[in-house]
Amino acid sequence: MIRIFKIALRNLLRYKRRTILTSLLITFGIVLVILFSALAGSFKTMMIGQITDSNLSQMQLHKKGYVLSIDTMPLNLALDSKQYKKIDQLLSSNAEILAWAPRIKLNAMLSNFTDTTNIRLNAISPEKEILVCPDVRSRMTFGKNKDPAVLLNPGDVIIPEKLAKGMELKIGDPIVLVANNKDGSVNGLNFKIAGIIESILGPQGKEGYLHIKDARELLRMDKSEVIEVAIRLHDFNKLEKIYTNLSSKLAEFINKKGKPEFEIHTWEKLSPFSNIAKMIDFMTITMEIIMVAIVLISILNVMMMSVYERVREIGTMSAIGTAPGRIMSLFLVEGLLLGFISAIIGNIIGLTGVYILNTYKISFAFGRQDNILLSPSVKITELIWVSCIVLFISVFASLLPAYKASKMEPVDALGHV
Amino acid sequence: MTLVRIEKISKIYRAGEIEVLALNNISLSIKKSTFVSFVGPSGSGKTTMLNMIGCLDKPTQGKILVDGKQIDSFNRQKRAAFRGEVIGFIFQSFNLFPVLTAYENIEYPLVMIKNEPAKKRKEMILNVLDSVGMLDQKDKFPDQLSGGQKQRVAVARALVTKPKLVMADEPTANLDKASSINVIRLMRNLKDKFGTTFIFSTHDPRIMEEAEITHTLVDGQLS
Repeated sequence: MIRIFKIALRNLLRYKRRTILTSLLITFGIVLVILFSALAGSFKTMMIGQITDSNLSQMQLHKKGYVLSIDTMPLNLALDSKQYKKIDQLLSSNAEILAWAPRIKLNAMLSNFTDTTNIRLNAISPEKEILVCPDVRSRMTFGKNKDPAVLLNPGDVIIPEKLAKGMELKIGDPIVLVANNKDGSVNGLNFKIAGIIESILGPQGKEGYLHIKDARELLRMDKSEVIEVAIRLHDFNKLEKIYTNLSSKLAEFINKKGKPEFEIHTWEKLSPFSNIAKMIDFMTITMEIIMVAIVLISILNVMMMSVYERVREIGTMSAIGTAPGRIMSLFLVEGLLLGFISAIIGNIIGLTGVYILNTYKISFAFGRQDNILLSPSVKITELIWVSCIVLFISVFASLLPAYKASKMEPVDALGHV
Repeated sequence: MTLVRIEKISKIYRAGEIEVLALNNISLSIKKSTFVSFVGPSGSGKTTMLNMIGCLDKPTQGKILVDGKQIDSFNRQKRAAFRGEVIGFIFQSFNLFPVLTAYENIEYPLVMIKNEPAKKRKEMILNVLDSVGMLDQKDKFPDQLSGGQKQRVAVARALVTKPKLVMADEPTANLDKASSINVIRLMRNLKDKFGTTFIFSTHDPRIMEEAEITHTLVDGQLS
C-alpha cells in the first residue's frame, strides 16, 4: 500500500503546475468554508449568548396562551401563587436547571414631567435575574454611587438608551411610570433613573427594567403573581433534551377546563434571531456545498485528464499483469492524496486567517446595535468535518476515472496514440 | 517440450461493417527455451500474433495453449493473473514508468503483482540489473537513460519475475543499429542464462539472424 501511495504522489508531482492549480482551487474552497463558518459561527454564538444571557434567558415558562399574544403583554395571563408554587417545585426537582427567575412584563407610559412616551418594562427579582441572565449587567450603565452588588433597588428604573437619548434623560432623573392594570384601572408611581441599558436585537431587547415589587404595586397585583419564569440550564447544549422533558412534565398540569395550564418555550421560539441563526446554518451548508462542487469538479477533471494522458502507461501496467483493482486503487489514491494535501494546506491557511481576524477584530453594526466585535473561532470538529468531506469527495470524484482506467483493455491501451 | 501450442487460430477485426482478417487459420508450436522471431512486412499480423500468444487478446477462432493452459477461454481477471505469472513483456517504446527509477521499474511487478518480500525482492532486482549491465544506473529515472539503456531496464523488468515466456514486439525498432544488436544479444544471452523462451517480432534482417527459429507472416498466414 505504501508503494501505491508513493507512485500516486510521484504521479501528482509529475504534473506540478496542474496539481498546484487544482490544489489551490480546493484549498480556496476549504479556506472559504473555514473563514465563513468561523465568522458566521462566532456571530451566531455571540448573538445567541447576548440574547439568552442578557435578556430572554434560555427558556421561558408562561401561562398557556401568553406567547400567542406576547406583543401586547397581557396582564390577565399571569401565574397565580398556586401555579407558581407548582412550577417552583417542578424546576427545583430538575438537577439540570441552574436557576430560574420570576418576571412581570408590562407596557407603561413614562413621563419626565414635560414629555411622555411608551415603554416596555421587564420587572425582575434582581438577585434571581442575575442568575438566569448573568450578562444583563454588562448592558447597563449606572451612576457613580451605585452599589455594584445590587442590580436594581425598589424605586429604581433602568431605561433603554434610545429612549434616554430621545427624552434627554440622565441617570438620577426622576420620572413617573403610569400603567393600566389587568382590570383597566390606571396607576402611577414615581421612580428614579438608576441606569441606562443598551438595546439588543428583538422587541425584548428594548425593554427597561424595574423591581418586581414595584411592578406589583404599580399594577396592583397579588404578592406572588408573575407573568413569566425565566430558566437557565447548567449546560446549554442540553437545551432541546431538557425542554422536551419539561414540556412533557408540564403537560400533566391541566386546568379546570381540561386544557394545559402552562407553556414552555426555548429562546428560539421567542427571538426573531432564531430565523437569522437558521439562515446562518443554511448559508454554512451552502458554502460546504460550493466547496464540495469545487472539489468534485476539479478532482474529476484532473483525474480524467490524468487517465487520458496515461492510457499507454495503464496499458503497460495491465499488460504486465497488474490486476484491475490495483490499477483502480492507484488512481483513487492519487485523488485522495490531492484532496489530503489540499485539506492540510486549506486548514493551515484557514486557521491562519481565523487567527488574523481574531488579532484585528472585526467591528460591524447589526440592526440597531453598533460596534459589534467578532472574535471568530473554529472548532476542531469543524476542521475534521470539512477535511472528511474533502477526502470523501476526492475519492468519490476519482471513482469514475479510476474505474475507466481499470477497465481498459491492454491491447487497446498499448496501441493508443 | 512445447510451451506454446496454437491450433487453427484466426483473428478478425471489425470496424463497423468492415472486417479485416488479421490472422488466418494459423497453427504452430513453440518449444521451451527457444529464441523465436516473427517476421514479415507491416500489417502482416506480427503484433496480432504476439498479442494472442501474450494473452493480451483473444482469437476469433481456434485454440491457444501456453504452459499447458488454454488461455483463449480466460476472463479479464484470469488473463491478467496469467500474464503476471507466466509472461514478461518488452515493448517497442520501452514503456517504462516515468515516475519510477530503473530499480523501481524493475521492482514494480514484484511489488504490485507478485507481492515478494522486500529482502528477496532486492536480491532478485540486483541480480537481474547485473545481468543486463545496468547496476550502476539503477537510481536513474527513464528520462535520464539512453534508448538502449531504457530497453535494458525493460528487459530486466520482463525477466525479474522469472517468467517462462517473454514477448517482445519490435524491441529494437526505436534503437540505433549498435544498440539493437546489443539488446537482441542480451536477450539471447539471458535466454541461455535463465532458460526463458523469447518470442519477438521484427522486420530488421540483422535482428532476424539472431533468432533460432523464424516464422514469416504474410497477410495473416504463415509462409
